[in-house]
Amino acid sequence: MKLPTVNDNPFMKPMEWLSLLVLAALILVVLPLALDGFRLNLVGKYLTYAFVALGLVICWGYCGILSLGQGVFFGLGGYCMAMYLKLEASSVENTKIQSTPGIPDFMDWNQVTALPWFWKPFHSLPLTLIAVVAVPTLFAFVVGAAMFKRRVGGTYFAIITQAVAAILTILIIGQQGYTGGINGITDLRTLHGWDIRTDSAKSILYFVNGGLLIACILIAQYVKRSKLGRILVAMRDKEDRVRFSGYSVASFKIFAFCLAAAFAAVGGAMFTLQVGFMSPSFVGIVPSIEMVIYTAVGGRLSLFGAVYGTLLVNWAKTSFSESFPELWLFGLGALFIAVVLAFPNGLAGIWRQHVEPRLPGRAKPPAAPTVLPHGAPAE
Amino acid sequence: MFGDYSLGDLGSIFVMQGFAGLILFSVYVLMALGLAIIFGQMGVINMAHGEFMILGAYVTYLCSGFFQAHLPGLFPAYFFVAMGLAFLASGALGMLVEWALIRHLYKRPLDTLLATWGLSLILQQAYRSIFGAREVGVELPAWMMGSVQATDTIEIPINGLFVMGVTVLITLAVALLLFASRWGKQVRAVMQNRVMAGAVGIDTDRVDRTTFGIGCGIAGIAGAAFTMIGSTGPTSGQLYIVDTFLIVVFGGAASLLGTIASAFSISQTQSTLEFFLSGSTAKVLTLLGVVAILMLRPQGLFTLKVRR
Repeated sequence: MKLPTVNDNPFMKPMEWLSLLVLAALILVVLPLALDGFRLNLVGKYLTYAFVALGLVICWGYCGILSLGQGVFFGLGGYCMAMYLKLEASSVENTKIQSTPGIPDFMDWNQVTALPWFWKPFHSLPLTLIAVVAVPTLFAFVVGAAMFKRRVGGTYFAIITQAVAAILTILIIGQQGYTGGINGITDLRTLHGWDIRTDSAKSILYFVNGGLLIACILIAQYVKRSKLGRILVAMRDKEDRVRFSGYSVASFKIFAFCLAAAFAAVGGAMFTLQVGFMSPSFVGIVPSIEMVIYTAVGGRLSLFGAVYGTLLVNWAKTSFSESFPELWLFGLGALFIAVVLAFPNGLAGIWRQHVEPRLPGRAKPPAAPTVLPHGAPAE
Repeated sequence: MFGDYSLGDLGSIFVMQGFAGLILFSVYVLMALGLAIIFGQMGVINMAHGEFMILGAYVTYLCSGFFQAHLPGLFPAYFFVAMGLAFLASGALGMLVEWALIRHLYKRPLDTLLATWGLSLILQQAYRSIFGAREVGVELPAWMMGSVQATDTIEIPINGLFVMGVTVLITLAVALLLFASRWGKQVRAVMQNRVMAGAVGIDTDRVDRTTFGIGCGIAGIAGAAFTMIGSTGPTSGQLYIVDTFLIVVFGGAASLLGTIASAFSISQTQSTLEFFLSGSTAKVLTLLGVVAILMLRPQGLFTLKVRR
């Protein structure tokens, strides 16, 4: 008898291909047709958060590492992009009224007279594009290596990533002359000579964003389906057994964390391009935890769920805070509690349990839905 | 950074900043004590701890208003009443939350984090709806104002000394409760082995509820102390929660002594650095130091030997 192996596992099941098709159609066809330019730009902004949620599905749902500092990587990616755009917007001609022309305006206001060294590489677009992914991933590697090699995990890791988010926010706000302070980097105009503020540029950026998101889903799906994904799940459920089987648990955890960081960074860069600024309010503890709730609402084990969860929570946030600003926090708080208590597998869990069995062509009920892990490995 | 000051000046600066740090230390210790009980003993990550503290601060604010309006003669003593009420209010809310929310999540520590974060959002908005978004301050009785002149260059604020005294008393009380009382024995038994504790006849549910309630109640007292060093707003608690968690983790989650030692070192470092550098740089350096030490010694400063 031949036992099923990973190789027998198709890349995606038919149902998943269908889900991908539906999602792609929604993002690339339905929404652009149905929404006006302003709303579409808003959806584009939400979709940049979906990159973070995707990373969290791999890192938290499949590997069991809850990071409360994803805003750090989102922010680093966004800041890298913003630094390039800002340098382009502060050419010598544009800034000749400043006492030092050719440096960003906020530096001039803060009596900085020369461009700091870490801004210099961002004159070049290729270097910037590399930095957008490389800087946050390297940072994640350093943090992850320091933690996981010493077997810090679970709640401790969550608290320390939170502290990292707090540190970076305070640092950005405090070093106003180098980072733009609490206002962030604003007044961004062109990308390599291409004006990103026009309506046509915005819709092109929206499609680029959607395409990148689908590419990221495919990468995440590849990781999830591969042997690597199996090891991640095994580590989440019984870390010691994986370790005793001879796998380097720390390396796999570092990989999952770095992958999540890289996704978040791409999201951050796309955020900067579409929204036109970057500020520390997307770096700190509060946004980082909000990004976790997107994943939790969508279903921490479902890549597609994460995207829908992000769209739903943000849509609710926008419409609630437009009409009942004081109710929004109550709603968000209740959502956290309800998702954790009643729907630990989020929207995807509801779909799998209640909708999928009733679909035509499915005579027998599918196998029991994936049971939610107990969050952290037992300590 | 020390170059501009003479040696005598430096001595005074260190003593003065040391005492300024002591008030911060008191608030940190009181916050962290409650959290150490909840996180260290029960494994629950209570992100709403800051909001329990702020509840204590608002109770103090209401108390000061009530005494001023109706019992002006007793105003000098109101702070003691306020501390008691703050303990009761936060403790009662804590027990309610444990019953409604936390007890369903004991096996999923990371999920308690998300659920209590949601709770903290709800509480913040509730404070905003009830007390308004503006920060409120508390009027201190006359005897707490002013300071003791120790030497020509060193003066020590009286309210700081008072808060210190309260902190020492509460810390002693918690230590006594945990290590000498029947309840403390039960708590430690439940922490070490929940199933066995249940088997020998300890009502683990009740122990959990009281533990959570007392932890939150101490946060309420921290809130009363907090009114002396800052004004109270709906989101004031959130500023302290990360620091407090770091203190608990840094000290070694289950160790009372570790919590005190780490609160002391963190608050003193921050307060001393604040004088020489800007506030934000001081905070960044302190937090970076803590995170760096935690990377080298993930179990914290002090650890209990518990079989896992």
